[in-house]
Amino acid sequence: MSQYLIAVVIGTLVGFVARILLIRTDFRQYPTYPTGRIINLSFGFIAAFIGSVSIPAVLESDWTAVTFLGLAATQFREVRKMEREALEKVDRKELVQRGEGFIEGMAQAFEGRNYMVMFVALITTLIGVYYIWLAILIGIILTLIIKVIIKGKILSNIAEIDEGNIRFCGPNLYVNDIHIKNVGLKSSKKTIMERAVGVIITPKNQNSVLTLSNLSQRQAILHHGANILGSYLDSGEPDLVPLSKRDMADGRLAVYFLPMEKDFAQIKEVLKHVPVLDSAIRLPSEANKGKSEK
Amino acid sequence: MEQPTKIIAIISTQDETIKAGGAPVFVTRDRETLQKVSTTLSRTLDASVHEVDVNTMILVAH
Repeated sequence: MSQYLIAVVIGTLVGFVARILLIRTDFRQYPTYPTGRIINLSFGFIAAFIGSVSIPAVLESDWTAVTFLGLAATQFREVRKMEREALEKVDRKELVQRGEGFIEGMAQAFEGRNYMVMFVALITTLIGVYYIWLAILIGIILTLIIKVIIKGKILSNIAEIDEGNIRFCGPNLYVNDIHIKNVGLKSSKKTIMERAVGVIITPKNQNSVLTLSNLSQRQAILHHGANILGSYLDSGEPDLVPLSKRDMADGRLAVYFLPMEKDFAQIKEVLKHVPVLDSAIRLPSEANKGKSEK
Repeated sequence: MEQPTKIIAIISTQDETIKAGGAPVFVTRDRETLQKVSTTLSRTLDASVHEVDVNTMILVAH
């Protein structure tokens, strides 16, 4: 077994390093610092270890071990469930919620990254059994490739973001021509006129029309905005809750929210980087609808 | 959006335009008091006030 030791150690280490590179605690404060990071990194380590020890097990034809490792890998599915439940619980107490789609995306990313790490460790160990240096090199290259491909799309890839004009027509609040809601209180109207910002998000093609209509995606936009730009909001202030409404005719999305700073250049920059949720992506343009081709 | 919305109170200066239903009706003298009562109710019930017409407001729990 000792002939494999170095390969396994290198495989595990490379996998673990890959996990460290993939973790990104940013302004969203997720994974939470530091306990959440420890959980994520430990799982990454276990994943890397499972990936790398499977190679000696196969090479030694130790099939019982291989079966057990497969069993261990399925445990990572549970991890996703656990992650989702935890996030959902926390989300209930957010002023502007993440929404289910966003949470599912995060849980998926967590699970997916663990599999990626397992894969990197597996490949590295396999090569490491024969050529140690080549293994390290390949491991680094794989890690970099994964780092690049795992990045999702952002909102600016699929839509244009423009400033919208907040106005009242009687009690009805509009952003440009899109109706948002009915506000009865004069005091609320005043606050809204002073502090609210309207944004019009125009989808670039028919695929993004569908993506933007997804309620989870819209909630993610609101959450992202409120999270970074701050929000002028408290519990029990239903008039000030951020909202998004879409123009049903052309799929444009009107977003209404009350940030702490009303600087549109900032707002635009922030909204550009809203992640496009996996669960919201639709590609109707690739479906066959019997349209005649011209 | 997902939860059922419900009218929890009606505030109006013209009570003759409203038929008794599931929600209590607050009758006010003028539009100024209408705003005041609506604000108080909205604050205490954490509900949003919507204008049906200039004389009538509804308090809706979302």
